[in-house]
Amino acid sequence: MSEESSNNAYWKANLRLIIGSLVIWALVSFGFGILLRPALSGIAVGGSDLGFWFAQQGSILVFLGLIFFYAWRMNKLDAEHGVGEE
Amino acid sequence: MDQFTLNLLFVGASFALYIGIAIWARAGSTSEFYAAGRGVHPVTNGMATAADWMSAASFISMAGLIAFTGYDNSSFLMGWTGGYVLLALLLAPYLRKFGKFTVSEFIGDRFYSSTARLVAVICLIVASTTYVIGQMTGVGVAFGRFLEVDNTTGLLIGACVVFAYAVFGGMKGVTYTQVAQYCVLILAYTIPAIFISLQLTGNPIPALGLFGEHAASGEPLLAKLDQIVTELGFNEYTAHHADTLNMVLFTLSLMIGTAGLPHVIMRFFTVPKVSDARWSAGWTLVFIALLYLTAPAVGAMARLNITELMWPEGTSGQAVSVEQIESDPAYDWMATWQKTGLLGWEDKNGDGRIQYYNDGNAEMQERAAEAGWEGNELTNFNRDILVLANPEIANLPGWVIGLVAAGGLAAALSTAAGLLLAISSAVSHDLIKGQFKPNISEKGELMSARIAMAVAIAVATYLGLNPPGFAAQTVALAFGLAAASIFPALMMGIFTKVNNKGAVAGMLAGLIVTLIYIFLHKGWFFIPDTNTFSDADPLLGTIKSTSFGAIGAMINFAVAFIVSKSSDPIPEEINELVESVRVPKGAGAAAADH
Repeated sequence: MSEESSNNAYWKANLRLIIGSLVIWALVSFGFGILLRPALSGIAVGGSDLGFWFAQQGSILVFLGLIFFYAWRMNKLDAEHGVGEE
Repeated sequence: MDQFTLNLLFVGASFALYIGIAIWARAGSTSEFYAAGRGVHPVTNGMATAADWMSAASFISMAGLIAFTGYDNSSFLMGWTGGYVLLALLLAPYLRKFGKFTVSEFIGDRFYSSTARLVAVICLIVASTTYVIGQMTGVGVAFGRFLEVDNTTGLLIGACVVFAYAVFGGMKGVTYTQVAQYCVLILAYTIPAIFISLQLTGNPIPALGLFGEHAASGEPLLAKLDQIVTELGFNEYTAHHADTLNMVLFTLSLMIGTAGLPHVIMRFFTVPKVSDARWSAGWTLVFIALLYLTAPAVGAMARLNITELMWPEGTSGQAVSVEQIESDPAYDWMATWQKTGLLGWEDKNGDGRIQYYNDGNAEMQERAAEAGWEGNELTNFNRDILVLANPEIANLPGWVIGLVAAGGLAAALSTAAGLLLAISSAVSHDLIKGQFKPNISEKGELMSARIAMAVAIAVATYLGLNPPGFAAQTVALAFGLAAASIFPALMMGIFTKVNNKGAVAGMLAGLIVTLIYIFLHKGWFFIPDTNTFSDADPLLGTIKSTSFGAIGAMINFAVAFIVSKSSDPIPEEINELVESVRVPKGAGAAAADH
């Protein structure tokens, strides 16, 4: 039973991490890149604005950061909950 | 040495390299085709996956679409990279834990139903075939240019090469060949971009040059570009003109589709460990991002160069003369591309000059009437030629042009061949052996695989002659189909306890509704002129057929949940399977289902 509850806690922690990451994922692309672009139009970035930069550069860089952060956190979680491969 | 010979030399040398590596790697170690990913470092695996995934759409087509539309086509950039976040967080580690080799095997086992497996195979074949049509469009453009023949002949020659390449097959399965293809592809893409960025902004990194200063005018590059394109009546490059709802749905479709494409997902089944599946997705995106961060710079800078070539005295001066186009070496590219039928100009008003402007713009029509212009005279500029023509447009040395030729072909051929292999194995292994003739002989299976491949390439070539759009747009349709069918089934299989009936109903609903929506706008089975609606005036509000995948995915989820709630819950052993997929512990090596 203790293994069962540990798996549950592990899965909940994983879901929290996924949801948090996906919020950022949506914020930088659909948010800053598209829907919130008008709100960011005051911030100039090299001949255009911050929204344009997020749409063509920033979102991609954040995606990269997110995947590596998730991999690092999950590998730690695996170890903490004793569900890793080794 | 003339350019034609130089191109052939570069293309020939790159092919010799791939074949050489394939032979070397074979003789060295590979005993098992499927094990290509095992024992390979996640970085190497990421590079190979990036080569597998970046196709004619990314390499040849995307920057051209961005160049002529600007900000509004940022969807391609965000969509085709954002999908990797979904893949890394929602699918890759769990599918690796599951430990089989194909997407349809997972769906068949998780939803304990051979019907579910059959439906998954059909979804896979439909999406992959559409994808190949887009690749063939790109192949036609590349071969047409480098053999200096018209587009149709180029496409037919290209189809023969792709078929030979796919049948030879060995080139494909070996990770190190793909690493070499990635290197050729990324060098071919970035070297000309670096040259052009240096010419225009003095900054060697194109992604920074894009936001840098235009050296000739001292203004920011993007401001300069906005200014000259609006002076010719075109939309401001950096401004948002597209319909916002459609742009959001299109981006979402590309993201979900990326995470639902079987040939990408498969790469994560075979990494050594679950934790490696997580890292591997990140490394893949690193290598993809090198091209994707460069692409918007390529697009913007090419647009600037083309506009300045057409208006050598500035947009308020005189347009370029026909005589200059014919005699000045800086315009040689126009004559070579004219031969492919993908670039055209016509001196409509007979003033000996070629005026390039937006003749649909009311203000420009006034200026045109005053100046005696009779419409835009750069009559045809196919978006798919931009990246391949780019080094010639910027007057770069011949070897760069040859390198780009080799890179474009590497991108198109590797992906087209990979998809043909996926289609043929789906037909012969999953469909014929798995469903209809379980005791088919090894020989019969191989034969049916070859026939399936030949049929797929014939269909793709025929439709590639009259493609439903530019290469990247056709490929976007394939992503929409994958988004509406495969991705929801995989995600529900891991994160929910949806049952067999729900999954089958969901996949069928998503696929069929999306397919019908696409056919209504692009013609039935993509046959030209059989469409009832067009993307200029779509059936549902502003939602274009390329954006419908996201709606299809929502329909898939909704139908699956409703049907699942109203039928029997999943059996205990499947419940255990789902629970075990969710934790990495106990992941063995992937096992083949033979």
